[in-house]
This record gives sequence, structure tokens and C-alpha cells, in this order.
Amino acid sequence: MSGFLIRRLLQAVVLLFIVSMIGFAILHLAPGGPLSQFAASGDMTQADLDRLSAQLGLDRPLPVQYVEWLRRLLGGDWGVSYRDQQPVLTIIAAHIGPTLELMLSSTLLAMLLGAWIGILGAVRRYSLFDSLATIGAMIALSIPTFWFGLVIIYVFSVGLGWLPAGNRFTVGDGSFLNRLHHLIGPCIVLALVSTAVWSRYMRSSMLEVINQDYIRTARAKGLPERYILVRHALRNALLPMITITGLHVPTLLSGALVTETVFTWPGMGRLFLDSINYRDYPTVMGILMLTAILVLLGSLIADVLYGIADPRIERYGQ
Amino acid sequence: MRRFWRHKLAVFGAATIIVMVIACVLGPMLLPYNDTHIDIRQRFAPPFSGSHILGTDPLGRDILARLLMAGRISLSVGFSAMAVSMAIGICVGLIAGFYQRAIGTALMRFVDAMLCFPSIFLLLAVSALIEPSVPSIILLIAMTSWMEVARVVEGQIRSLRTRDFAVAAMSMGASNTRIMFRELLPNAIAPIVVAATLNVAHAILAESYISFLGYGIQPPTPSWGNMLENAQSYLTSAPWLAILPGAAITLAVTSFNFVGDGLRDALDPRLDAR
Repeated sequence: MSGFLIRRLLQAVVLLFIVSMIGFAILHLAPGGPLSQFAASGDMTQADLDRLSAQLGLDRPLPVQYVEWLRRLLGGDWGVSYRDQQPVLTIIAAHIGPTLELMLSSTLLAMLLGAWIGILGAVRRYSLFDSLATIGAMIALSIPTFWFGLVIIYVFSVGLGWLPAGNRFTVGDGSFLNRLHHLIGPCIVLALVSTAVWSRYMRSSMLEVINQDYIRTARAKGLPERYILVRHALRNALLPMITITGLHVPTLLSGALVTETVFTWPGMGRLFLDSINYRDYPTVMGILMLTAILVLLGSLIADVLYGIADPRIERYGQ
Repeated sequence: MRRFWRHKLAVFGAATIIVMVIACVLGPMLLPYNDTHIDIRQRFAPPFSGSHILGTDPLGRDILARLLMAGRISLSVGFSAMAVSMAIGICVGLIAGFYQRAIGTALMRFVDAMLCFPSIFLLLAVSALIEPSVPSIILLIAMTSWMEVARVVEGQIRSLRTRDFAVAAMSMGASNTRIMFRELLPNAIAPIVVAATLNVAHAILAESYISFLGYGIQPPTPSWGNMLENAQSYLTSAPWLAILPGAAITLAVTSFNFVGDGLRDALDPRLDAR
């Protein structure tokens, strides 16, 4: 196990290194540059711009800038925001909480709902429910997240008045119930795609397990069907789902950005958009790196958990 | 039963796509209103209320005409971005699958690294920095969506190149390029076609996301995504502004996904063997 783990960790570090190079190159090779905002406003003379450029180290060759940036990054200094002169890590730390809250709650919702739909679809294969679930999942994967958010707001906030139309809590009221109330809308919106994905994989994973010999044995022993499904089938069918959840992180992050925009949720997605608007390169770069780290962490944890849950996997790793 | 459903859905999807394309190409010429015609007296007309079938927007422009014109843009962005990203993905996948050692590993690590960025983040980071126009948005979407294709092609080529026909071609002294494009690629065409169909769906969605967030196709050029850009502020007074373009996107993307799924079943019967 440890050999496998070390190999995967090394791979992740190498990958992260490549990721940082790509991210840095894309941002800095794009036309414009960090100072174009100031240049366009006309408030600054060319001398001012040159001085600022030298101050921020933007006048040096790109590889030098990259090495310098990477050196600081490894030392825990992610740079200082151009916008409010705060350290990038401090800003990100202030925004990551709401995003994680949203992502975790919607993943939980999607797991429960998706597993239920998937199991039912597998048990009653080719039934009307199964067909509708298949079609529903495909439509769910096709709906633009922001539009689904608008529809939810229109129906439940504008129409029925049940849910708030945005924000994380009412100003002056930060109670748990109030926060929960605000979380419902964005959580449902973000969970839509995940639920569709989960139900599809759960269904096929369950179908694979359900035809195995040991399930037939359990049936032959006369165990109740419910018991067989939960204790024998579901346990093994859930195994591949670990991987699916780990690999789902990028989709979830993209969805979170859009959901946050629609519901004015003060998370990392909103921060990213604001930073892009201000051409705040250090913050944009910091968030890009963080999302890549989260994505890699997701697949790494999935691999490790899978290895623990199914020791046979180690053989393939070598 | 299931096969039948899928088959039906794929046909439905294909029919919808054809109808949409025809409507977007010919529709604007048949309508009494121009999509850019501003009529302030007719602002916020709800659908089915007067001469404007689907109502009007905050400037009194006919929504149906705008939807069709936007469809031209959104669909052509979808198809063009697919074409470019398939070209990149196929080339990278071919090379990586054929030359497995150093080049292949390096290319696939690059693919892995690109996939570490959640697609929206990458799209937004670049689209905000460049001058947004229809061609640049197409390139941008293609640049962020070729990786899955490359993976599919690489996997196919890697397994095909050890098969007898490929080995035979090699022993006959065929050039590498010839083996890649004439022997291996045609045999990997089925998954490529499926990937291409799903890629159009992805590209239409991607365009709508960045346009909705204000970094995609810029007004006055209409696209389904940017028609939704300001719709949220009118959600109470004029909900049709938000509902209609979103429904168009969903319909188009669903159709492509249905077709892709149906093609996968038709081209690879083994998948449904269970």
C-alpha cells in the first residue's frame, strides 16, 4: 500500500508542477497583461506604469518571473492581491468556507438521491421508473446550471416565496436555521448534475453486482430481498462510487462558480470572477492553483480509499 | 425495451437538431420582425399577447427573431469549436498513442495537467484577458475541450497498434504517417464520432456559460447565453426573458446528448450486452 501511495503522491506533485507552468503561461502570455487596466484608464503616465511594472517585477523575463513566483509559492507566500494589497492566501481563506459548505452539502444530497434512484433503477431494470430516470439524468446533464438556478429562484423565491433569492444569510441574522434556509436553493442547483452522474454510475455498478454468484447464493439461502440488496449488493456496488466522487471534483468546482454567481453566494467562484475583472493576476493564479490542488486531492483520496476498500487494486498499481 | 427507448430518443434528438438548424437558417427571413429592430413602445410584451409571438425584451426587440439569430451564433460556435477541438484531440491522441514512450507520456501528462483545471475557471481566466469575438471564443472553447478526445483516441490507438493488421502494415514498410492516418484512425472512428457529438453539446454549454457571465459573445451579437445575461434582474417582471433562451440551450444540448448516446449504443453493441 505504502509503495502505491508514494508513487501516486509523486505523480500528483509532478502533475501539479506542470499545472503551475501551464496556468502561469496561459495567464501571462495572453495579451493585455496585469497593467492594461491602469493603462486604459489614462490616469497614469508611461513613467508611472514603468515604475509600477518594475515594482511588481513584471519587467523581467517570463521564466524568471515564474521561478520567482514558484519559489515564493513553495515557501507559503502566494503573492499579494493587486486589488486590496492583502495576501492572496488570506483572501482565499476568507472565501473558501462558503464554497466548501456548498460543495459538501450538495455532494451529500446528490449521493443520497443519486444512490436511491440508481438502486431503484437497477432493481427494476427496464421499468417505467428506470426509463424516466435515464432520460431525466440525460436532461439534467444538459441543463445549464445558471438557468436551472434562475428557474429555481423564479419558482421558489419569486413565485412561491419559500426560499430567499440569494446571499448566504440575512444581514443581522446569522442563525443556523437562517443559513440552512439560504443554502437550500444553491444546494439543489449544484446537486442536479452530480445526482444525474451518481444515479447513472450507481445503476450500472449495482447491475454488475446483482448478477454475481454470491447474490444468487444469498437469495438461495432465503434471505429477505431488502437485506440482500443493502448488506450484500450495495456494499460492493458502492466501491466504484468512491472513484466517481473523487473524479467529480472539477465538475463540482465549475458548477459552484456558476451557482455562486446566480445566488450571490460569497465563495471562491465569485472571488475568481471579481479578480478576473480587476485583472488581479496573483489572486487568479492562486485560485487556479487551489482548484488544481483540490482536483488532484480528490483523485488521490479516491485512489487511496479504493485501495483500502479493495486490496486487490495494489496489484495493478505495481 | 431499453434499446427501443434509446433509439427513439436518438431519432428525436436528430430531428430536433435538424429542425433547429433549419429554423435558425431560414426562420429570420420569414419573420415580420428584424432581430435588431428596437420598438420602445412595445417593451416587455409578454409571449402570445400580440403580434410578437414570444414577446419582446427590454428594448422592445422581438424575442423569437433574437432567439433564431442567437441560435445561428450558438450552434455555429458549437459545431466549429467541436471541429477544432476534434482536430487537436485526434492529433494529440494519435501521436501519443503511436509513439508511446517519451513523447506519448509527455503528451498524456500534459493532458492530465490540463484536466486539473475545472473547465469554467480556465475558460473565464483566458476569455477575460482576450478581446472576445466569435472566432476567439470558438478557439478558446476548443482549447479547453480537446483533452477528453485525446484520451479516447490515445486509448484506441494504443490497443489498435498491436493488432495484426497494424503489425502487417508496419512489416510491409508503410510509413508511420500512413499507418496512423490510413490504418489506425479509420478503425477508431466509432468512439471518435460519439465523442464529436457529445463535444458539440459541451461546446454549446460552454459558450452559454461564459456568455452568461459576460465574457463570451458580446452584444449586440446575440447568443443564447448572452440573452440570459441580464435576465436575472427582470425575473420578477419579465420571466420569459430568462425562460426562453435557457429552454433553447437545454433543448439543443439534450438533443446532441441523446444522439451521442444513441450512436454509442449503435456503434458499440458490446456496451449493451449485459
